[in-house]
Amino acid sequence: MDAFEILFTASFWVAAIRIASPLIFATMGELICERAGVLNLGIEGIMVAGAFAGWVTVYAGGDLWMGVAIAALAGAMFGLLHGTLTVPLGLSQHVVGIGITLLATSLTYFTYRVVLPQVSSPPRIEPFRNWAVPYLSDIPILGPALFNQTPLTYLAFVTVAVVAWVLYRTPLGLAVRAAGENPAAVEAQGMSVTAIRMGAVMVGSALMAVGGAFLTMSAFNSFFFEMVNGRGWICIALVVFGSWRPGKALLGAILFAAFDAYQVRLQQITGGVVPYQIFLMMPYVLSILALVVMARRATYPKALMIPYQKGER
Amino acid sequence: MIKQGFRPNRRQIVQGIAASAAAATLGLPFRAFAQEAIKVAAVYTVPTEQQWVSRIHLAAMAAMERGEIEYVFSENVSNSDYERVMREYCETGNQLILGEVFGVEQAARQVAADYPDVSFLMGSSLKEDPAVPNFAPFDNYIQDASYLTGLIAGAMSETGNIGMVGGYPIPEVNRLMHAFMAGARETRPDVTFQVAFIGSWFDPPKAKETAFAQIDAGADVLYAERFGVSDAAQERNILAIGNVIDTQEDYPETVVASALWHFEPTLAKAIEEVRAGTFTAADYGVYSFMKEGGCTLAPLGTFEDKVPDEIKALVAEREAAIKDGSYTVEINDEEPISG
Repeated sequence: MDAFEILFTASFWVAAIRIASPLIFATMGELICERAGVLNLGIEGIMVAGAFAGWVTVYAGGDLWMGVAIAALAGAMFGLLHGTLTVPLGLSQHVVGIGITLLATSLTYFTYRVVLPQVSSPPRIEPFRNWAVPYLSDIPILGPALFNQTPLTYLAFVTVAVVAWVLYRTPLGLAVRAAGENPAAVEAQGMSVTAIRMGAVMVGSALMAVGGAFLTMSAFNSFFFEMVNGRGWICIALVVFGSWRPGKALLGAILFAAFDAYQVRLQQITGGVVPYQIFLMMPYVLSILALVVMARRATYPKALMIPYQKGER
Repeated sequence: MIKQGFRPNRRQIVQGIAASAAAATLGLPFRAFAQEAIKVAAVYTVPTEQQWVSRIHLAAMAAMERGEIEYVFSENVSNSDYERVMREYCETGNQLILGEVFGVEQAARQVAADYPDVSFLMGSSLKEDPAVPNFAPFDNYIQDASYLTGLIAGAMSETGNIGMVGGYPIPEVNRLMHAFMAGARETRPDVTFQVAFIGSWFDPPKAKETAFAQIDAGADVLYAERFGVSDAAQERNILAIGNVIDTQEDYPETVVASALWHFEPTLAKAIEEVRAGTFTAADYGVYSFMKEGGCTLAPLGTFEDKVPDEIKALVAEREAAIKDGSYTVEINDEEPISG
């Protein structure tokens, strides 16, 4: 198989969509936060917490969907903490975000040890199974990629549609966007900037946690410390890549995942001539290049990272 | 990233107390014919679930239960914290420090130089250094067992295409891969290998994706160096070879054979030397060799009847030859390449 043929194999696209799924959830989560004016660097830790919360729920005998709900709840709780510190208290969003990441990962690990004090290798759960959409999954290449995945992947795509619709087609979405552009105008409309931003951070954090849960409940079936492995940071870049727009961010996530799926396949056919590090680097380098091209004219939310103090002039 | 294990957590302290209490109560009759338990502290950069560390932890726990040592440990210590945790354990009167210094080779040797009365038995990519006489390196030199799994893998592959997914190409990974490849080439001379590294020790979803890519490219046996690879094999119903730990229980239909590492001989030797006051910079890697009982081929279990008899005979013959020293598996630390 040569390098070009890979792009026309169904398994490549199946892998790309599968790799993209957790990124899609978390990117949408980050996007919501940032559109409301809050940069959420807690994303990496919140994904770890979500990965653990979802998995441990199922391990303790819960339903898979219950696991997703608990993961979302855990994410929302960290969102509440992040929001409280950054929105009413107006602390540095960078510092709080990094702090949340450290807290969430450490707390997760602590909880893990309390729940499972002595195990040789982490227990496995029965994860989400692939569910083929009748007829649609028979389409060549695209069918298996888009319509023969786990329910969580479908949920990721539904999430993008819902986020886009709410942001651009509802009064609530208008209020969220306004809170990120011109919070004073939101206040002038008699709405609470604090409430809108807090809500956005909590919902966004819940989505990040579901993205983490995808790793332990769909992509894999047990929890490993450090398994999120920087995926959260990628999502921060994907939001910028998508110019803070859900559709473009979705494309960015799929593009990044496709690069990743491509590099593992390319690694196999070059026969060790090229160092493997080059391949591992490839998705990141290509993403930076794409970012340079795509994001140059991007307009970021004007009030991003600026705390809003009521009545301040 | 994560700063865990600044000091022994409550559970470890409780264990320590329990061990001391046990030693105290058993003490009088015990001391009459056994020496006092030596104080051992371990510093791990990963959780004790990790395959490599789990074998050390297991051996240390067993030694503690036998009353030979008092054992405390810190897991998930980041490399940037490693030196400090080592020093803390040295300050609190431990006699033997266990751990893994692959990321802090120089710093760890500096600590050893600063505490000449403490013995250090550390997983390391480098050899012993006479300038630091209280620092002895070890590693999982289980190439003997890896070679035997290779013999089986080569015979079990139908396509002659074997996929290997590793974390990073460091010596301990490379030498096992090479030994495995040598074994597979012997039973299947036309075998080809796909070798990939994922640049992480802990990313099972990524390891699984990489394994899927190798299966798509024709591999029908996978060498499972990382968690996640055996899962890909199970999902596609192809065979996998285990490494360091035995995972056949979890994958009864797909894991054919595993090369097991036993840390017990390495630890026993160190305990003996510390007791005798003769611990010195020596290569403890050799105690992982098969003839020392440091590695074995896991029982074939569910594959007992599926592996051809002539291969089982060959494996038994080579195993005997390795043990009596008439056959030596080559140690090659170079990065393996596909082909």
